[in-house]
Amino acid sequence: MLFDFEIQGGDFATAGNASSQIKKILKQLNVDHRDIKRIVVALYEAEVNVVAHAFGGKISAEINTTEVRIRLVDEGPGIPDIELAMQQGYSTASPEVREMGFGAGMGLPNMKKNTDEMHITSVVDEGTTVELIFFLNQTPPNH
Amino acid sequence: MIVKEIVEKLNLTVHSGEAGLSREITGGYTSDLLSDVMGNCDAGKIWITLQTHKNVMAIASLKDIAAVILIKDLKPETDMAAQSETEEIPVLGTSLPAFELTGQLYELLK
Repeated sequence: MLFDFEIQGGDFATAGNASSQIKKILKQLNVDHRDIKRIVVALYEAEVNVVAHAFGGKISAEINTTEVRIRLVDEGPGIPDIELAMQQGYSTASPEVREMGFGAGMGLPNMKKNTDEMHITSVVDEGTTVELIFFLNQTPPNH
Repeated sequence: MIVKEIVEKLNLTVHSGEAGLSREITGGYTSDLLSDVMGNCDAGKIWITLQTHKNVMAIASLKDIAAVILIKDLKPETDMAAQSETEEIPVLGTSLPAFELTGQLYELLK
């Protein structure tokens, strides 16, 4: 199944809407709650990154019984040094965004931790594409 | 313990989301960094913070957080209160700073 969503850059009032919709869909599909938890964490962080840094973007989510693949494509400043951006505590967020409690440099590491695979490609002054891949039902039963 | 009992025992104000007062509480988490809460707060916990904007409710809903307590007499912004009503997740208030409130809540829940 395929689902598409739009993200408005700078619009914090709607940040998290796509994550919320996808959470509902995953629940309806009876996806394991541990998988839902990590998908929601990673997707929310990715969504907020687009709101905080880009002009706008699109999310496409592909959901089947064994895996979930979510691709976020944004138009924005891009990431000049992905390795640096991945470091815990590194952030280029504005003071306003930090004041809201975002921009602590935890988003990308949170995403990495909660995905089975994460791919980032970026072109400076054009935009960034993030792919989040989750293999379902891989968590040990007593975890 | 349910949210309503915490409200009574800690003498908290109910700003919004009264419909969620019977939610069960499993613990607490004190933080003003949203990514920290997103990454580390478990479902069913009470979140203690000074953040008063709508994104707090987005996170509370996504993480199935039981309730939010705003410290130091802070009040939720209008859209945060509205979202709390929609999600039926209570936003509570206290005059205490985070340290004292966290200590009291810890004593109650330990």
